[in-house]
Amino acid sequence: MASDYIVGIDLGTTNSLVAYMQGDSPVVIPGEDGLNLVPSVVALDENNQVIVGNAARRYLIETPERAVYSIKRLMGRGLEDIQDELKLFPFQLAEDLQPGEVLRIKIGERTYTPPEISALVLRQLKRNAERFFGAPVSQAVITVPAYFNDAQRQATKDAGRIAGLNVLRLVNEPTAASLAYGLDKNKHGIVVVYDLGGGTFDISILKLHDGIFEVIATNGDTHLGGDDIDNLLIAIALDDIRGDLGLDFRRDARNSGEAVQRVRQAVIEAKIALSSQPMAKLDVDLPGGHKYRREISLEAFEQMIQPIIDRTVGPCKQALKDAGLKPEQIDEVVLVGGSTRIPKVRRLVQDLFGRVPHTDLNPDEVVALGAAVQANILGGGSEITKEMLLLDVTPLSLGIEVAGGVTDKIILRNSTVPASATQYYTTQVDGQTNIAIHVLQGERELARDCRSLARFDLKGVPPMPAGMPRIEVKFLIDANGILRVSAREQRSGKEAEIDVQPSYGLTDEQVENMLLESFDYAEEDFRQRQVIEARREADTILTALAKGKKNPAWQELTSEERRNIDTLEKALLAVKDGDDYHAIREAIDALNQATMHLAELMMDTAVSTALKGKAMNDTDLEEGPQAGHPVAKADFE
Amino acid sequence: MIIPGQGPREATASCWSCGTMRAVHFCSSCGKVQPPVPVDYFSFFGFPRKLNLDAAALEKEFYALSRRLHPDLFAQANPEERAFSLEQSSMLNDAYRTLKDPIKRTEYLLRLEGVELEEQSKQATEKARATGELKKQVVPPDLLEEVFELNMHLEELRTQKKMGEDDPALLEEIGKAKLSLEEKYDALFSELKAEWNQWDKSVDDGTEEDRRKILGKILDVLNRRNYVRNLVRDVNEALE
Repeated sequence: MASDYIVGIDLGTTNSLVAYMQGDSPVVIPGEDGLNLVPSVVALDENNQVIVGNAARRYLIETPERAVYSIKRLMGRGLEDIQDELKLFPFQLAEDLQPGEVLRIKIGERTYTPPEISALVLRQLKRNAERFFGAPVSQAVITVPAYFNDAQRQATKDAGRIAGLNVLRLVNEPTAASLAYGLDKNKHGIVVVYDLGGGTFDISILKLHDGIFEVIATNGDTHLGGDDIDNLLIAIALDDIRGDLGLDFRRDARNSGEAVQRVRQAVIEAKIALSSQPMAKLDVDLPGGHKYRREISLEAFEQMIQPIIDRTVGPCKQALKDAGLKPEQIDEVVLVGGSTRIPKVRRLVQDLFGRVPHTDLNPDEVVALGAAVQANILGGGSEITKEMLLLDVTPLSLGIEVAGGVTDKIILRNSTVPASATQYYTTQVDGQTNIAIHVLQGERELARDCRSLARFDLKGVPPMPAGMPRIEVKFLIDANGILRVSAREQRSGKEAEIDVQPSYGLTDEQVENMLLESFDYAEEDFRQRQVIEARREADTILTALAKGKKNPAWQELTSEERRNIDTLEKALLAVKDGDDYHAIREAIDALNQATMHLAELMMDTAVSTALKGKAMNDTDLEEGPQAGHPVAKADFE
Repeated sequence: MIIPGQGPREATASCWSCGTMRAVHFCSSCGKVQPPVPVDYFSFFGFPRKLNLDAAALEKEFYALSRRLHPDLFAQANPEERAFSLEQSSMLNDAYRTLKDPIKRTEYLLRLEGVELEEQSKQATEKARATGELKKQVVPPDLLEEVFELNMHLEELRTQKKMGEDDPALLEEIGKAKLSLEEKYDALFSELKAEWNQWDKSVDDGTEEDRRKILGKILDVLNRRNYVRNLVRDVNEALE
């Protein structure tokens, strides 16, 4: 079931969105609840049904052990990387987790890898889009923080595949934002995108020129965002609670989940309030009938968060330096991410770049909108995007470990992607047939301080005296910022075989297994959902028709019209409870067509209230037949 | 263990799609994107192998080729064309990155012409430090005295730092030396540009022997320049 819809997805730490290009402008596709933002929260209900988004949020409070949030922080990371995260977030690791294994997180009785949890969020977005289009969606552009490393990007791509999406491109979030920003205007000049989201910070400097969006430099911190502000405020509140009430919830965030989650909710609300008010109240009902109340002034808040937001300064300065630019050479500063609503953050950006940042874009939506623009470009483009081309860079240097544990950098950070490098290797011992190669990502001089991406074994090198073989290894970073490797022994002309073992992440086989399970389910699910929605629509029109028949207008129809309607009504009744979506659909359309005149007459005689202006999902049946097809609310999961 | 770079090879091929003899990146007959052949970066852009390069023209050509070769334009194409586009645009980006930077461009030309640069990069220094190997260092004769004195001062500064002492006179000395080195660094760039002109002229009407001689001079300037750059870096590190 291929479809032509390519959607753009912002898979955020806190919220996720799906958007597409409607004519000349990108628009966000709302969820069933009518809201654009889908909280990146996944929960399992008492029947182990997966709940995603706003509906999952209440589980965070009621049964925190059955819900998980901010999973993006764990994408592409190993057990040893996440010790800090474990102190601050109530992630529960699977008990049987082995060192070196891909992380698995417990939700209720089940365990999931971070890409699977992200895939559940993606699947929800996919469904929202499918519901909106009334057609399956299988292709997407997904955004990632610009400063994501190879493992984090790979994990995101895996999540897409597990969700049944062909990920056409991973786009860096600030770059996506610049696409949305530069869409409607013929923009030229140097643009800085400052993106402080829920869990990640990115800074990107771009040169806009005749529709080319060329990233000159990027920098960031993949563990810096609104979450950090929340955690700081939570820690202060828990301290307070211990002092005032003698209750200690701090020792183990995981065992006092409910209390911590209530405090978390309250500090988030206070943080948001402080973006527009000088004072906010914390008012928390703790378990056991205790109450915690406190006021926070804007001044105190700004003082508390200063050290956190100051951490964005270093990456900004480095990016400017790498770009070879001074702040006064910047033409425009664009703010992205919910945390840029904080007035203190805006002042910091203004001071850094010496200009008032551009704020007329919705910082929560602009990344998804830009992803939709990129999706449109990849789909062949339209009038407005046909001149647009994005030239992005790799955020981190790529290197190889050489003698002495030193990193030999072979592709430097801020190189435009795709980028490649060729290195030649030889053997150190006579007759050696294997060569081990360790690929690293990062800026540090020593291999142990860089991110280990993969270890390769070049196998099948023909036995020769030491130093004789000449093996060409080609490293290629694709447009997604993901590394590919190939190798060839030049003297024998033999393709040396490469075994890539991702240091962190799922093997293709693992992804394949996860994919098959959920993909079968998703396809089946979509078909069933279509049938359910069609049935519901059939019920709506049949009920409306029953009412219409009691209306005086019914008598005004010719007997032939009435007979025709009766026949089509019976036809719909006959197929409605079957599983043939198309049969139901056709019967509905036919009946709709036939009752059009009846609806008009009912309007004319003013027996019914106005039929105009009915909301798409309004299933109120008091109004008689509706001219359009009412789209019923679906109730899957 | 690692041998950088890749020599140029002659590039002729016919279009994979229609079989006609092709232009560098696209078939002149059917317009299909072609697999990259291992041409040098100058030829990739259709430029002569000269060192004076119009940055604006290079950028314009880079944008124009990006608009035709970038993988975004082939998202809906067949896997073969997608692979060609990926290879072509990675080569385009590698070539642009190398040619737009005057020093990288010069070093690239030397390698193309079979001249190996001395290992005086920061990496080589770090590597030497880590492995305890002795690094090849050729001190340019005209700098011998200055370097000798500076190194003594730096050694003194490091000792003082360890003891927690502070000697303004010493700092002033080092500051002066740094300034003089920075001037030298700029002067060397001018010297390099003069050699570029020599090289470009020899491409048009010089003999092979002329060219070898100029390459030797360029190598010499680059080595001295790298040496000075490393000294400035050492001074900055010591002053931190």
